Amino acid sequence: MSELFSKNNKDAFLLPLGKNNPVTVQVLGICSALAVTAQLKPALVMGLAVTVIVAFANVIISLIRNTIPMRIRIIVQLVVVAALVTIVNQILKAFAYDVSKELSVYVGLIITNCILMGRLEAFAMMNKPWPSFLDGLGNGLGYAKILVIVAFFRELLGSGTLLGYDVLGWAQQFGYQNNGLMLMPAMALIVVACIIWWQRAHDKELQEK
Amino acid sequence: MKPNFEKGGKYQKFQATFEAFESFLFAPATTNQSGVHIRDGVDLKRVISMVIIALIPAMLFGIWNTGYQHYQALGLEQSFFCNFIYGLKIFVPMAIVSYVVGLTIEFATAQIRGEQVNEGFLATGLLIPLIMPADVPLWMVAIATAFSVIFVKEVFGGTGMNIWNPALVARAFLFFAYPSKMSGDSVWYGVDQAVDGFTGATALSLAGSNIDVATAKYDFMTAFMGYMPGSIGETSALCILIGGLFLLLTGVASWKVMCSVFVGGALTAFLFNQFGPDTNIAHLPWYLHLVYGGFCFGAVFMATDPVTSCRTETGKYIFGLLVGFVAIVVRVLNPGYPEGMMLAILFMNTVAPLIDYFVVDSNISRRKKRALKVAKKD
Repeated sequence: MSELFSKNNKDAFLLPLGKNNPVTVQVLGICSALAVTAQLKPALVMGLAVTVIVAFANVIISLIRNTIPMRIRIIVQLVVVAALVTIVNQILKAFAYDVSKELSVYVGLIITNCILMGRLEAFAMMNKPWPSFLDGLGNGLGYAKILVIVAFFRELLGSGTLLGYDVLGWAQQFGYQNNGLMLMPAMALIVVACIIWWQRAHDKELQEK
Repeated sequence: MKPNFEKGGKYQKFQATFEAFESFLFAPATTNQSGVHIRDGVDLKRVISMVIIALIPAMLFGIWNTGYQHYQALGLEQSFFCNFIYGLKIFVPMAIVSYVVGLTIEFATAQIRGEQVNEGFLATGLLIPLIMPADVPLWMVAIATAFSVIFVKEVFGGTGMNIWNPALVARAFLFFAYPSKMSGDSVWYGVDQAVDGFTGATALSLAGSNIDVATAKYDFMTAFMGYMPGSIGETSALCILIGGLFLLLTGVASWKVMCSVFVGGALTAFLFNQFGPDTNIAHLPWYLHLVYGGFCFGAVFMATDPVTSCRTETGKYIFGLLVGFVAIVVRVLNPGYPEGMMLAILFMNTVAPLIDYFVVDSNISRRKKRALKVAKKD
């Protein structure tokens, strides 16, 4: 049991959530972070989908890592990811059609998400399944975390709602107005930048000289 | 009092704040220790003061015009003072908000970074209320100011390091964030809101929908003098040009930028007049384009900002011409944005370093060619 939660395994899971976050530190997966974060709900679903796909893709690749010929490894990785993405996409269409419609092509585009390829190449290809699973889970959740934070602010300030429920409607009578700029992708970039700013200000290790 | 704020003193933390007030109230007592440097004492403080002085005519007229338009809309003729007082009631709170918010952020960042507070915001803080429509709520002014000071100035390293003009970004922020506030306007027109769309470009958007009414209501002289609705400081071309002349005489603004903006805008509008698409705005006479909306204000006070425009001399011509060109193109070809000046200047701010790069580059290659030619002859 102790081996299951050794220091390395813990790191594989916890580092991507904070110090080595795929979005704010490695700056990967920015495109989808801008595209699906105007509302909280699609952001949550997207984060969840990516988490599931990274985790399982990591496990599968890790299981067959010794049999993959080096020269075609990217193709093999892509096939695995594509299969998982298709499954997730079908599930979404079956059980959460509205959200799936809102996410439109971005679920399909998870295939090209840099976080996935990065984790498969950098971690799953040289680690055992269990650590790979934890690593995938950590990275997926790290990605989801940023997405949810960004979407929280964008939906709250942009539409005055959270998960579709009216939150700031009462303020309208005092002359408050929703900030239309928040709904534009440009503002997502600035919110992500603010998170990065905050993180770097707090974590001395991340500061460049 | 001073030793308290110096290194090791009790209030050492607030050194930047103290320094700012001290040098604002007293001339700095520091002198050169080594040899004599003969130079003019132009520093940031003086440049900024010049800009503020240049803004005064437009500001005073804008304050009066705010009241004038208000009472006009209500169908009342009021005395000069009545108009002026009403305008003051709108303008002063806005200016206070913009200064308080902006300067608080400036002081705070200077304090955190341990730098001196710069005078740069003094001009920006006055420009911001001047390019706002009169009925914009104060909290929006505050948010826009905070946004532009933090994300346009301080993030890039403070005064003199910004890529875009902070005052314009404040306006652009409001324009995209709260389009309804920036385009519908109850103060000016009272009940008759349907007449007008865009704030800064009231005459402009009128021209977009019905050009005959616009040109009849706001002919060249009316628009030139500024008796028309618009953002507070931008309506009177005459007052703006007086300020512009002052800027040129004191050498703060570059005449190359200023003139070429007008030339670029006039040329583009003229071409649209001749060959433009069959829309109303395309056939607005070119001389009216120059006095409607924020074209003058942008050309004189915004485009000439030495920080965000081009640095090379040739670049200044190109920069100015393109500002005028883009502004008119946006006005004419995009019905969604009746006013193109703001977007044009911000866009050209973005590409200004690129223009500079190519100017310097072409200069290098030209001189290289010449050098090679001379070398061959020998």
